[in-house]
Amino acid sequence: MSSRGDPPGIVRGARKVAPYSIAVLGFGISFGVLARPVMGPVAPIVMSVTTFAGSAQFAAASILSAGGTLAAAVVAAILLNVRYGPIGVSVAPSLGGSTWSRLVRSQLVVDETWALSADGRGGHDPAIIVGAGLVLYAAWVAGTAVGVLFGDLIGDPGRFGLDAAFPALFLALLVPTLGSREARIAALLGAAIGLALTPLVPAGIPIIAAGLACFVGWRRR
Amino acid sequence: MSTAWWTVVLVGAATIAIKGAGPVLLGGRPLPPRAGRVIGLLAPALLAGLVAINTFGAGRSLVLDERALGVGAAAIAVRLKAPPLIAVIAAAVVTAVARAL
Repeated sequence: MSSRGDPPGIVRGARKVAPYSIAVLGFGISFGVLARPVMGPVAPIVMSVTTFAGSAQFAAASILSAGGTLAAAVVAAILLNVRYGPIGVSVAPSLGGSTWSRLVRSQLVVDETWALSADGRGGHDPAIIVGAGLVLYAAWVAGTAVGVLFGDLIGDPGRFGLDAAFPALFLALLVPTLGSREARIAALLGAAIGLALTPLVPAGIPIIAAGLACFVGWRRR
Repeated sequence: MSTAWWTVVLVGAATIAIKGAGPVLLGGRPLPPRAGRVIGLLAPALLAGLVAINTFGAGRSLVLDERALGVGAAAIAVRLKAPPLIAVIAAAVVTAVARAL
């Protein structure tokens, strides 16, 4: 695996992810703006430093700000992160090294770094995960800090269309994965399941169920 | 400790455990071929779900609002082989402009 030719994998990962980091920065700002009134100025930034999982953090903060309980916020965040279980399994064969090194690098796996590090043959380039992960992590923490510090000036992040930047980012990551017919079926099914379940079950469950569409690959070839 | 800090601690610990489980327990070992094929389709399934839910979802309801225009603009940009940054900016700008009108 990893770096053949130059520049080294970490640098390639950082370059590859740069266009996406703007959207993550914007999402971090939105999180900071949302979280500050309910969590205070320090806790959201500490959360972004220790928990690198945007959608889960966003869900937890929205539930707290809507007056939800601690349990509801934590459960929603965990549901939104359940996909990182199978995602972790999918990168595991590519992550060698000591237990500590695998644990640390596994924390840099987010949707974007997972998609960008895919080699198209089912493997993942660990150097891309690290390079892309560090850039996105910096963007996420910096965005959170900006949102917390300048929330009053920014007002409603929706005014800048930041909430649409996020699905657009996922779309840009999705398209390169649609090479095979099976992949296109899995994508259509995943989208349909996600939409169908959204009105019916709490946030987090629709995305887990959408992930189950990958079982269209189960039958023998 | 306040609710906010408990949220930080509990969500943080759970996230680290969930993300770390696969790589720590299975790291370096290849998956069986059939599991590999299924896991390979996880990316299109999950990413398409995330696009759909983040475009049309609003809490527990589905809505058609300015985000759909923005994501539509991003889809056109991707179709025209524009770089991802352009697609993301197009989505934000189109959504913001549609909201302001």
